[in-house]
Amino acid sequence: MGIANQQVFSETLQELAETDRTIIAVTSDSRGSGKLGPFGAKYPNQIVEVGIAEQNLVGVAAGLASAGKKTFAVSPACFLSARALEQIKNDVCYSDNPVTLVGISSGVSYGALGTTHHSLHDFAALRAINNIIIVAPADNFETEQAVRLAAKTNKPIYMRYGKKAMPFLNENNTTFEFGKGRTVRQGDDLVIIATGETVYPACLAAKKLEDRHGLKATVVSMHTIKPLDIELLEDLAANGRPIVTVEEHMVNGGLGEACASYLFQKGFKNSFKIIGIPDEYTITGSQVEIFNHYGISQDGIYKTCFDLIND
Amino acid sequence: MTNRELKLKSIFLRKQILKYIYGAKAGHTGGSLSCVDILNVLYNKVLNVDPTDFKNANRDRYIQSKGHCVEALFVTLADRGFFPESDLETLCQYRSHYIGHPTKKVNGVEQNTGALGHGLPICVGEAIAAKLDSKSHRVFTLLGDGELPEGSNWEAFLSAAHYKLENLYAILDYNKQQITGNTSEVMNTDSVREKLEAFGWAVKEIDGHNVEEIEAALNNGPLQSGKPNFIIAHTIKGKGVSYMEGNLKWHHGVPSPEQYELALSELTEAEALI
Repeated sequence: MGIANQQVFSETLQELAETDRTIIAVTSDSRGSGKLGPFGAKYPNQIVEVGIAEQNLVGVAAGLASAGKKTFAVSPACFLSARALEQIKNDVCYSDNPVTLVGISSGVSYGALGTTHHSLHDFAALRAINNIIIVAPADNFETEQAVRLAAKTNKPIYMRYGKKAMPFLNENNTTFEFGKGRTVRQGDDLVIIATGETVYPACLAAKKLEDRHGLKATVVSMHTIKPLDIELLEDLAANGRPIVTVEEHMVNGGLGEACASYLFQKGFKNSFKIIGIPDEYTITGSQVEIFNHYGISQDGIYKTCFDLIND
Repeated sequence: MTNRELKLKSIFLRKQILKYIYGAKAGHTGGSLSCVDILNVLYNKVLNVDPTDFKNANRDRYIQSKGHCVEALFVTLADRGFFPESDLETLCQYRSHYIGHPTKKVNGVEQNTGALGHGLPICVGEAIAAKLDSKSHRVFTLLGDGELPEGSNWEAFLSAAHYKLENLYAILDYNKQQITGNTSEVMNTDSVREKLEAFGWAVKEIDGHNVEEIEAALNNGPLQSGKPNFIIAHTIKGKGVSYMEGNLKWHHGVPSPEQYELALSELTEAEALI
């Protein structure tokens, strides 16, 4: 078992900041939840606090990035991607200021706190904005790589992850690239395309399908929602296998719809199912409870896959 | 440039604004005429910017928060040699970079603005970066009074004072009118001086059409040590054309051929008096 991706983010950023004094973290009273306390203590000149003011957070970050700073704007994903959406659209993306927007405690990490604290809209909102890379790392490896790559990528990036400790998905990790999905399990019978913290239950579901029925699933961590790895997507769909997508996001406008839209327009006729949060008043509870409720769990994904294959 | 030359330049720039708005049949006429003296002084007396080396890291920054008055910015930049004036003949035309708001596709433009309440937060980031790097360049923004109710401005007012950004200058084009009516009636932001002082800014009020006063406010160092600078420039919407001054119709009104000729003749008369 690894640690929380948030912790990986802060440790990696701190390591990078040791040798790169242009790295700046901007926070909105979020250095505690963003695990940036030690970073701020060690590099007081590389952290800018703006208080609880997300619009200003992103505007200030855009100005810092424009002045040549490698800027990471860190705030709960729910506020960052909604309250500051116009600043993301205009000041970061349209003006092409290379800010890395770090949405912490994303999805339903704050499950029991209610819809105000859920970020289940962020993929959809940001997919509709030009000039931004959207990344949801699944495990510690992907998070560390994503942070390192973000520091080298001179483009607007939105990165989101949760606060729960995440298991390692695959020990044989060598490469990580934005826009290139990572296959964490191979199988010929069906395909599960998941992202962020849903990749792990997708792997568990694949194992259950194999253990119970001998069905072998390919599981892909589609950590980059945009640009979508369409090359991999076509390969996955090529032999007509059923495809299931899984995400900690509304079904509306997320990973599943992005995949379906691409494949349908390319003429693929694979049977297809999107697992995510439906368009309804979202229930509350822990992240695990909400996952279980909406079938974003080992059993839920297993059942959806099994039903789709036998449909 | 002498003050007389600067005043003549203001008249010239007003004529240019009208020329290109008249040609494009679109533009924010009243606001462009209210802020053009400020832009004239900024680009000819204040800003350390080089049209041939605009991306120089040590340049002063100017970000126009009231992006809709882009015509005033474009004619000023063209006059300073940032791009050929003939480019402006494409203003608001299909695929032109000279659109109704500033974009970085145009040499001399720092940031893409247009949505209101965005310029100041970006300037705060620029000013913090300059301080962190011990650089001496300054950061300027032009705010409209109509955009003051945007909450992001007040978030940025707080942070600029918190970080003691004496390298930051926010200039308010205080023409006291916006598209719906008088600003005090649409959403009252009166006592703006007291509000900004309470937020921790150093404030100076000037006549925003007096080039000497504008230059004096911007070129004599920070108004107060350790405080960001807020310049309330009292202006008149539509300034320089009698029938446009204070008349809301000209917020984004386009003159008819007769009105255009009348405006030019008035400006020529004013020119003769300088």
